[in-house]
Formats: sequence, C-alpha cells, structure tokens
Amino acid sequence: MPLDVLVVDDSAAIRKILQRVLLQTELPLGTILEAGDGFEAIERLKANNIGLVLADINMPNMDGLELLRKMRENPQWKSIPVVMITTEGSQQKVLEAADLGAAGYVRKPFTAEQIKEKLLGLV
Amino acid sequence: MTRQEMNVIVEQGVRSSVENVCGTMLGCSVEVGESRQIGHPLQESDGVVALIGMAGPWVGTGALSCKPDLACRLAGALLMDTFDTVNEEVLDAVAELTNMVIGNMKTVIEEHVGPMGLSTPTTIYGASFTTKIGGSQEWTLIPVQVCDGELLVHVCMIPNEQGRGALNRLDVVGRMVTRS
Repeated sequence: MPLDVLVVDDSAAIRKILQRVLLQTELPLGTILEAGDGFEAIERLKANNIGLVLADINMPNMDGLELLRKMRENPQWKSIPVVMITTEGSQQKVLEAADLGAAGYVRKPFTAEQIKEKLLGLV
Repeated sequence: MTRQEMNVIVEQGVRSSVENVCGTMLGCSVEVGESRQIGHPLQESDGVVALIGMAGPWVGTGALSCKPDLACRLAGALLMDTFDTVNEEVLDAVAELTNMVIGNMKTVIEEHVGPMGLSTPTTIYGASFTTKIGGSQEWTLIPVQVCDGELLVHVCMIPNEQGRGALNRLDVVGRMVTRS
C-alpha cells in the first residue's frame, strides 16, 4: 500500500522541489502533504495517516528536532520513519537527530538520486 | 584565529559552497570570481538581498544580492518554472539559495572554530534602498557569474568576544518588501 508522505520545511521552494523529487523517484508513494513548521506537521499527523516524514532541522516556531522528539514520545507516531533534510552539517545536530531515532539524514543541496537512495529502505 | 585567517576560510567555504549548490540545484554553469575586502557592503542596493545570521565562537552575517532579472532566473532554475517578476516564490527561492550557500559555508567554518547556529533568512526586495548592518566591520565580497548574471556573496565574521547571539542590527532605508 502506498505511503502518504509529509514534507516539513519553512521554505516553500524546498517543499516544491521535494514534491517534484519524490514523484521522480517512482517509489510507491501516496499523497504528499506539506507543513511549514513542526506545529503544522503535528496537525497534519493528527489528521492523516502519514507513513513517512521528511523534515528540515532549522525551522522557526518548532524545529525538526523538536518535531522528531514529539513524534517519538507519541505511541501513534513513534514508528513513523523521519528523514532529516537540512543545510546543517554539524556533527552535533546529526548525532542529536540520530539519538532521537531519525531514519536518515540528507544534506542540502541534494539530488533526486540521494533522496531515492535514502528512501529505498523505508518505503 | 585572526580575522585574516578567517577571511581565507570564508573565501574557500563560499567558493566550494556556491559551486556545490549551483551545480546540484540549479543545473547551470557557475564561475566564482576573486574575492575582495570592502568596508561598506550592501549600500545603494537595487534588487533582491537575502541575509542570514550566524552565531557561536564567531558571529557574522552572510548575504546574497542580485538584480531582479537574475533573481527570477535563479528561482526559475531552482523551481523548474518561469518567473517574469519578483514575487513571493522568487523571494523564497533566493532565501533558500542563501540558506544553502551560507549554511554550507558555515559547515566549513565549523571545522575550524566549532559549532555555530544559523538564523532563518530575511529577504528584501526594492529599488534604490540602502542596507546597513551596524558595527561597520570589514566584509568579504565574492562575485559569482551564474545564470547569465552576477550574484554577489557578502560575508562578515568577527570573533565573539562578548558572547553575542547575533551580529548587531540591520537597518534598511527605502521602499521595499521584506520577507522572513
């Protein structure tokens, strides 16, 4: 069954690019939903049956790490794979995301192949 | 580390970052020119300017600026679309390019000075406006030829001797629209 995907990034440009890239991967994905920050993402998670999340780390209001923390605390969402997509290259943020249970990490700029490779084991 | 040593790292970081970001996300050729030090950046701007702050052991600001027609072409290349005028999507695309270019440069700097934070970008669009970042520090200016136009990358880094969270304040004078 195709997985519905939630793309979380404060940049509409990146959300649009990721939408296009996800369609290019030809992976069995369902509806692609969007959120501009962690708070919006929580609302989408409550209202939809999301199977995969791609989230930026550096966002206003609620960042990607806080979103990941809240998802891991919620029994309904804790097993949903979350791939972090960010410009943050620092080891500190990568380790923090890994500790919180991120399924993977892609650094901007990215190619469609890099996204596909990261999602292959998750979809 | 001295300011001069930091300037060398900034130039190397911008060069590799611009080539990586433009090559990967825009799919067009890019030529990074020679850097130079300037005292008063971003004055008398006419077009689009996107600024982003950095804070940590060093604090600073990075900015990308270009004419409106180049902003439209950059957004078009990034989003695989066509833009005739600067709109919300174009400003968002330039902000994201700034985020990627300065964010990747910051990663290079972090290898030398340790972890630093990155703010979300602010984008300004207008005609004949003046931008001034308080503190009158020396800036590194790096011209980049991309998408048949000139993109200017400005970076200022100073040691954070007073434990500041960001580099001073931003003053903008003129008619413009801003987006954060």
